[in-house]
Amino acid sequence: MSDPSLILFEVFVRSNRGLDHQHVGSVYASDHEQALVNARDVYIRRGEGVSIWVVKTDDIVASQESDVDTFYDPMDDKAYRHAMSYPMPEGVKNI
Amino acid sequence: MSDLAPELDNFQQKIDDEQRIEPKDWMPEKYRLNLIRQMSQHAHSEVIGMQPEGNWISSAPSLYRKIVLLSKVQDEAGHGLYLYSATETLGISRAEMNSRLQSGESKYASIFNYPSLTWADVGAIGWLVDGAAIVNQVSLQRTSYGPYARAMIRICKEESFHQRQGYDIMVKLAEGSKEQREMAQDAINRWWWPSLMMFGPHDSDSVNSQQSMKWKIKRQSNDDLRQKFVDQTVQQTEILKLELPDPDLKWNEERQHYDFGEIDWDEFYQVIKGNGHCNRDRIKHHVSAHEEGAWVRDAMTAYAEKKAQRKEVA
Ligand SMILES: [Fe+2]
Ligand SMILES: [Fe+2]
Ligand SMILES: [Fe+2]
Repeated sequence: MSDPSLILFEVFVRSNRGLDHQHVGSVYASDHEQALVNARDVYIRRGEGVSIWVVKTDDIVASQESDVDTFYDPMDDKAYRHAMSYPMPEGVKNI
Repeated sequence: MSDLAPELDNFQQKIDDEQRIEPKDWMPEKYRLNLIRQMSQHAHSEVIGMQPEGNWISSAPSLYRKIVLLSKVQDEAGHGLYLYSATETLGISRAEMNSRLQSGESKYASIFNYPSLTWADVGAIGWLVDGAAIVNQVSLQRTSYGPYARAMIRICKEESFHQRQGYDIMVKLAEGSKEQREMAQDAINRWWWPSLMMFGPHDSDSVNSQQSMKWKIKRQSNDDLRQKFVDQTVQQTEILKLELPDPDLKWNEERQHYDFGEIDWDEFYQVIKGNGHCNRDRIKHHVSAHEEGAWVRDAMTAYAEKKAQRKEVA
């Protein structure tokens, strides 16, 4: 299937107005327009979405969990960023 | 005008059906401009709002309180970014929003023009100012513009920490020495009325309100949101055994709400006009922070140019 003249695109679908686009998979196509059509045919044959984004896979830069421990490290020791780390007095409401 | 009638009907129908409007949808120009005004004002408020608290980071009473406050202020910077990027989907650039803020054409929440004088103010800000903002932002999670609604959902997830760390400061002061209790009470006295002003003018005097409600940019009226905030804050104040500075505050059995005194609207409009304690300082500081950061933007541009040149050579 991987015809060298074809480009791999990642597909993001907005399942309903008001929601974020979510990644659903990928398609091969020769350009963006064709990728949209292919994505429609592959991923929303039953009204699963109201809007599609296609992005060249090569254009996506992803962080790797295993690559850089220190990339995520700063989150680990900051319990105070969570509301739950502040015990509230007995009986206080709406906070 | 008549050419647009079907589009306009279709647009209003989506809104009436509780659907969200998304960036590429047709929308009336006034809806777009109204959103740009409200969303950029909201973004500016997050950013300018860092100043009254930011001033206390280095003076917070312990290392723990410093990192908590730093973390809270960092969140507010993030909220500004969520909102600027959501506003950019309406076709206005960040640079343009920035210059409108600095020229005074664009406003931000007037509460941030009050000075933070004592450590108790940091507690009162988190508890009352973020508390009032939460009431407003929870309501805006259902605003009709999709990117705005989604930004609100992200922001609300982070706000509860802000309010609790503020209330926690108040609890500690309220349990403390006589001086500490007085300091806490003094902070409430100064921040209570400006917090009520955050909800804006009375519905009857609010210029943009009616259209905003019809378009569901706003979901609840200024007065309804303000009432909700008063109702929930009274009990929290009782727990602290401190008082809200309003002799007219009392439970109304018939309405099932608290009655409260009239806001000093003259003060409200004076501060909006630029005559608050800190208006000039806030903008001056924003301008100088922006200018002092120029070298970072220059370095980024230089790096991008260098990379582009290397690519050409290769
Ligand atoms: Fe906020
Ligand atoms: Fe915020
Ligand atoms: Fe906040």
